[in-house]
This record gives sequence, C-alpha cells and structure tokens, in this order.
Amino acid sequence: MSKTVLLVGTRKGCFLLESDESRRDWEVRGPFCEGWPIYHAIHHADTGAIYAAAASEWHGASVWRSPDLGETWQQSSEGLNYGDTELKLSKVSGLTAVNGRLFAGAEMPGVFESRDGGETWSLLTTLEGQPGSESWNDPANQPPGHLGVPAILPHPDDPSRYWAIVQGIGIFETTDDAASWTPRNRGLRADWPLENPEVGYCVHKLVMSPVDSDRLYQQNHVGMHRSDDGGDSWIEITEGLPTEFGFAAGAHPHDRDTFYVIPLDPGHARCMPDGQAAVWRTRDAGASWQRLAEGLPQRDAHVGVLREGMAIDSYDSPGVYFGTSTGQLFASADEGETWSEIASYLPGITSVEVAVVD
Amino acid sequence: MAELYLPSTLPSLFAGLPRRLDVDASTVDEVLDRLDEQWPGLRDRLCEPGPVLRQHIHVYVDRERAGLETELDPRSRVDVITAISGG
Repeated sequence: MSKTVLLVGTRKGCFLLESDESRRDWEVRGPFCEGWPIYHAIHHADTGAIYAAAASEWHGASVWRSPDLGETWQQSSEGLNYGDTELKLSKVSGLTAVNGRLFAGAEMPGVFESRDGGETWSLLTTLEGQPGSESWNDPANQPPGHLGVPAILPHPDDPSRYWAIVQGIGIFETTDDAASWTPRNRGLRADWPLENPEVGYCVHKLVMSPVDSDRLYQQNHVGMHRSDDGGDSWIEITEGLPTEFGFAAGAHPHDRDTFYVIPLDPGHARCMPDGQAAVWRTRDAGASWQRLAEGLPQRDAHVGVLREGMAIDSYDSPGVYFGTSTGQLFASADEGETWSEIASYLPGITSVEVAVVD
Repeated sequence: MAELYLPSTLPSLFAGLPRRLDVDASTVDEVLDRLDEQWPGLRDRLCEPGPVLRQHIHVYVDRERAGLETELDPRSRVDVITAISGG
C-alpha cells in the first residue's frame, strides 16, 4: 500500500506528516533540521530523498537533505554563494528536483544547481544582462527584504528547458540550460508604470499542468493568468474570484482545465477575505470558479497562505493540502470538496509538498 | 593552544564536534581554518564570503569583541556567540 507523505516547511523546522492512501489519519513527525527556518521542502521522486531550503539568522543559508524520509539529516552550503562579488546570498527560496539534478533559486537573484544530491552546489546563472537585471540588485529599487528567484519550473521532457521567476520582474525561460533567457510576460497586467513592457511583473506562483506542458497558470500580484502556449503569452482569468491577489496555486494532476488558488486580501493583512477560509477551483481553465469551504473555518479565520503553501497529490481522486502562515494544516481527500484540519499548532507554515511513496 | 567555546547550535550540525575544544592557531581566522579542516563546512556556518563573520555571529577573544584578524595569545579564550534569536 502506498504511503502519503506531506513535507511541511515552517519557520521553526521541517515537519513530515504520514498517512496511507485513504489520507484520513495523519501522524506528525518533527521538527527536523534543528528548527532552522525552512523556506521550501521537497521530495525527489527519483531518489526518495527530501531536501529543505533553510536560512538561519546565525548560520546562514543551507540546504538540508534526508535520504531516508526524515530518519537522518545533513546540511551543506558548499558552493552556495556568489564568491568574491558584491552579490550576497541571503537565502535559498525554492528548490526543484528533476532529471537527477537539483535547482536552488536564491536571493539575491540566482540559480544554483547540484549534481551530487545536494552535497555541493555551483552557480548556474544570475540572469545577468536580462531586461530588469541592471537594477534588481540595487537596494534603492528593492522592496523590504530582497528580490530573488523564488522558483524554477522544469519542463518534464526537456532537461535544458525551464522557467525562472524573478520577484517583481517576471518570468524568464531558457531552452539551452541557462545559456540564454527570454522574458515570458506577454499579456500580463501591471498596475504600475513600466519602463520596459517585457518586464516589471510581480509573479507569485507559476505551475504547469502535469498532463499538458503547454498549459501554465500563474497567480500574479494582480490577477490570475493562464497560458496555453508554454508561457509565450498570457490571458487573465481573474473574473469570478473574490480578489485578484494571492500566493499559492496548484494544478490538477489529471485534468488540464482544473486548477486551484487561494485568494487573499491584497492589503497589509494578506489573509483570506472576511475571516472565512476557502480554496477556489476552476474546472474550465478559468472561465468560472467555485468556492470550496466545507470543513474550513468560516468565522474569525484570519489566515494567509504563502507561495509554496499548497500541494496536490497524484491519486485518482487527488488530495489537496494547504498550510497557513499561522500553523494550521488542512487536507482534502476529495479534490477540495470537503476539508479537515490535520495539524493545528505547527509553527508558521512556509511550504507544503506531497509525495506518494510505495 | 587557544581555548575555544562554541554555541549550542553547532554541535548538532557536525558529528563529533564538542562545545569546548583547544585549537592551535594564532588568529581567529586560523581557528576557523582548523575547525573546517576537521569538520568540513563549519567555516560556512560562521563566515560569509569576504571573508567576514556572519552578521549575528559574535566572537570574543579574552572577553573583547574580535574579528577574523584578531590575534591570539597561546592561552587566549575564544568565545563564539550567537548574538540574536528572535521569538
């Protein structure tokens, strides 16, 4: 029987929750990674290893790894720096495992790779020379904190092709393993002046349909968008959602038209509207949206969900999971129709991923 | 031999690393070199490229705030402190 494993990154370590195929009862293990703040924890299906991107206020950024589903852990940051340049690596924001290779997206903006299972890292690119790059490391042009590369989206069949998000700048695609890049932001909306219409977009989350690599979705700072041509162009599909803002998003594993988002109040709070928790789903590629809230708190639930805070498993009836920045973890085993709270008192949750392990 | 005291957050990251050890070194920088030789990666946990000490890692030599370049006497006491924590 398969085991379902949730990987939960939090502000105070990584946690694992395990269940069987029914996904009714969950056992919590952790905290792992010595309580370091975790920004993204992933499972590498090829090797079974877990990786967790972390940044300690004291000891800096590092990537933890466990080859045995959390029984043992090690960390390494060898090569995870910009050397003797003016660039500083403050944290690793996002991890991607594909084709025997690991990618790490970093702040300041850069993409690192590891070909030895996370023991050592090397800088692949800073996207230097791309439109927008002339100023994205200038402190005067940055919002509080830093800009970075929060995510790398791989192509399932072409190891040389992937997309990188640069926060506040937009999406860039490479088809030659980072030798060259092309901005892929045509059709996106910006509610601010742009010097160069190719860049200047605030992409929060980018996902690909597992059954159609041309079908991409993104939750943007201003609106939900869909691409039917691998990111070459985008159309807005916000209509029908309660707000245009949010971070987390997820694609259905078997249906290219079904997609999930968690709209948030775009102001300072960045919580679910009206204190009522809900996930929203489209089954027609964004033409219409359904509010999914059965089992979720509908009163005084002022909770937010961060960029990597939602995951969807690959069962025939997919499970959907999300964790809040205040430490509640919710699960649905029926595509979001009904929900239950499976952990209530975790540290603030930064990421949720799910693996089905034989 | 300098007398070195490490913070409690380090031994759990490196197998066999004690909180208290003696190190044969003439500067703080050399202390870190010696540590990194025996526990690869340890220097990275205390220093950034430059190299400079990480912002919230403070080092004291004989109770005086020190930097990587600070020289040690043969009997110096070196304390490595994790300076802030948050909540």
